[in-house]
Amino acid sequence: MSENRNADSGETTTGHVWDDDLADYTNQPPRWWMIGLAVSAIWVVVYFVMYPSIPIATSGTFTPGIGLPGSGQWTAIKEMEADQKDVDDVRGKFEKKLKDMAPAAILADKELSEYVSRSGKVLFSDNCAACHGQNGIGTTDKQGLFAPILNDDDWLFGGTVDQIYESIANGRQGMMMAHKSSLNDEEIKALAGAVSQGNPTATPLFTEKGCVGCHGADGKGMQAMGSANLADKVWRFAGTPEGIKYTIAHGVNDPGDKETRVAIMPNFTAAGKLSAVEMKKLAVYVFRFGGGKAADPAPAAQ
Amino acid sequence: MNDSPLKKDLDDGSVTGLYREHAEWHVNSGEKTIHAKRMPGFFRTLKTATESLWLFFFVGAYLRWNGKQAILLDINNRQFHFFNLTILPQDVWMMSLLLLLLAMVLFAVTSVASRVFCGYFCFQTAWTDLFTWIEEKIEGPPAKRHKLDAAPWNAKKIRLKTIKHAIWLLVSVLTGISFTIWFEDAFQYWHNLLAFNLSLLEWAVLVTMVLFTYYFAGFMREQVCMWVCPYSRIQGVMCDQQTILPAYDEKRGEPRGKLRKGEALAGSKHGDCIDCFQCVQVCPTGVDIRRGQQLGCITCGLCLDACDSVMDRIGRPRGLIRYASLDEMEGHPVKKLYQHPRALVYVIILLLALGGIVYGLTHLGALTLRVAPERQPLFVRMSDGSIQNKYTFRVLNKTGKDLHVMVSAEGGIKNQIIVGAGQKQLVTHGKASTFTVFVKAPETNILKEVTPIEFYVSNTEDPTMRAEYHTVFNGPKH
Repeated sequence: MSENRNADSGETTTGHVWDDDLADYTNQPPRWWMIGLAVSAIWVVVYFVMYPSIPIATSGTFTPGIGLPGSGQWTAIKEMEADQKDVDDVRGKFEKKLKDMAPAAILADKELSEYVSRSGKVLFSDNCAACHGQNGIGTTDKQGLFAPILNDDDWLFGGTVDQIYESIANGRQGMMMAHKSSLNDEEIKALAGAVSQGNPTATPLFTEKGCVGCHGADGKGMQAMGSANLADKVWRFAGTPEGIKYTIAHGVNDPGDKETRVAIMPNFTAAGKLSAVEMKKLAVYVFRFGGGKAADPAPAAQ
Repeated sequence: MNDSPLKKDLDDGSVTGLYREHAEWHVNSGEKTIHAKRMPGFFRTLKTATESLWLFFFVGAYLRWNGKQAILLDINNRQFHFFNLTILPQDVWMMSLLLLLLAMVLFAVTSVASRVFCGYFCFQTAWTDLFTWIEEKIEGPPAKRHKLDAAPWNAKKIRLKTIKHAIWLLVSVLTGISFTIWFEDAFQYWHNLLAFNLSLLEWAVLVTMVLFTYYFAGFMREQVCMWVCPYSRIQGVMCDQQTILPAYDEKRGEPRGKLRKGEALAGSKHGDCIDCFQCVQVCPTGVDIRRGQQLGCITCGLCLDACDSVMDRIGRPRGLIRYASLDEMEGHPVKKLYQHPRALVYVIILLLALGGIVYGLTHLGALTLRVAPERQPLFVRMSDGSIQNKYTFRVLNKTGKDLHVMVSAEGGIKNQIIVGAGQKQLVTHGKASTFTVFVKAPETNILKEVTPIEFYVSNTEDPTMRAEYHTVFNGPKH
């Protein structure tokens, strides 16, 4: 380099001058800084050699690197799989037990039922919540409740954990004929009035017109066939006289009436979407919403 | 600086006094190693005594209590053991009060008596003191050390330096180990260490501690106080006119002058300061206290010892350098301790923090209850027309063994039923157990959308051990 010097101090400069007298000294960077630079450069090389570093666009792969001493060649996928294994190991010991247990036995086991309450949440949200609502609060359409609330203690087909399992595994479909042709408006109105009061037997029509055949002499329904309890405070569709009139007139799942109420619980075994363990989990999960009924004879405390 | 152009300009009055400060600005930036002279005296003894408290750091972790380590900051299991006491993360709010308390003690002490912590208790001071003591034992007094540093490398220098650094490293390793064993079982750690069976984290902590100890106490020394430590700066600004600190009595000492042989001190035109530089020689941070209070002074009082011994020898009264406030030195009336409002405010805050900690420790409780009401749905209408609420209970059992609890409630709705109230719930020790509780009440008794309710859990074997939580019962809109 040619000898450029600062006129005043005599220090060597780069020779670039701005604003008449402003120049760059040719000082070395500090020693510590140079050491840092060298170490960083070496580190880059080491890192480059050890880790996957060059993506190969044509083959969709990468140079794998020589790997880390003791732990092999690192990839993000392997790390993710290892993390996943940690989770699976924690779940594994529970899942293994669930396989051979009946829903009632799972419910009786405090630890397992706590586990199911947590892992069942995802299953419920994915498979059930569309109709039954998040946390089983039910959903409504313009004709009333679309799918039953699962939090209460009123069950069309039974509320023991085994019955709930059965409802999930095999589906449920009740049937009520449309009565608009067999009953006149006055009769429908009288029946709806009595039912909405929670006292269906108040009108003699309840017996005369054959309602007792399905809903029982006391109007409390029969779980074996899924007929609703008309004497309690929980309504499957709507509890207003108008809503009840609609149900009587058009029935439920009556293929002969286009306006009939639809109430079909799909068969999840046939759908093939859920495994037996998953359905067991859901049965316990739903039971624990708060409305589950103890089986006879009563199982161990939950 | 004496022959600098600026000094000349100042002297002939061609620049203003604004620059005088800069001309006298002297900074110890560590170019020269400070080899302080060790002199006996009151403050030296005091400093040795206070620094000895750090011995507990080396031995305290070996204390056992009921077969376990007495004091253990078990970070792995998120527990803090202090003899019979176990503090879980839930009680960690007391830690913030403890930090507040310590900060306020630091503030209060500093505002009354300047940097007491720096001079007598700080680990940087203590370890540096230990390291320089070792240095003196091996390489000799300061004059010899300066000579040895300047001497060319020969067998003797290599031998002395090797021994010194070996002992320094040994102390550093011991420091690193002693630090770590507060966080895990001390004996187990030694066992693992001797078998070279530590985890990566344990090795990293040990090596970091060793290197920091060795470098900070062996090489950085007073530079840490000057440029690294934030506390030294904070403490400096907490001193005021009333704060007592090691100060040079300028009125008595100036004009300073060398004492000539045979010169009578009485009637001399000089002050009491004989410019012997003993106060500078003994200073571990290389400060000249005669320049007034300054950043580098850690207020350790060693210059007081040095000056007093000189005053004794020349037959002058002690206290040319002494603990005194600026008020006293400037001839202002000296205020009483209780006339120091700032210190009083600190004391009030520290008493409040102390009260909080005492309250916390006496109300630790063996059980802690948290109740989360279900948010979706807020309530459920049951077939008999009653309204049911669902609650998730989290009970933390801080005792050493599993126990069963019963749930009860106060307030809420008339004729409410806690479903399964007679059931015992297992609560495993050392962690939180969760279970669900349902409360059912007739709708006609529900007068408000939201009704307060208090839940209790109590140990079935010892009903006095209980915990409570206030929450609400949700009902339909009216």
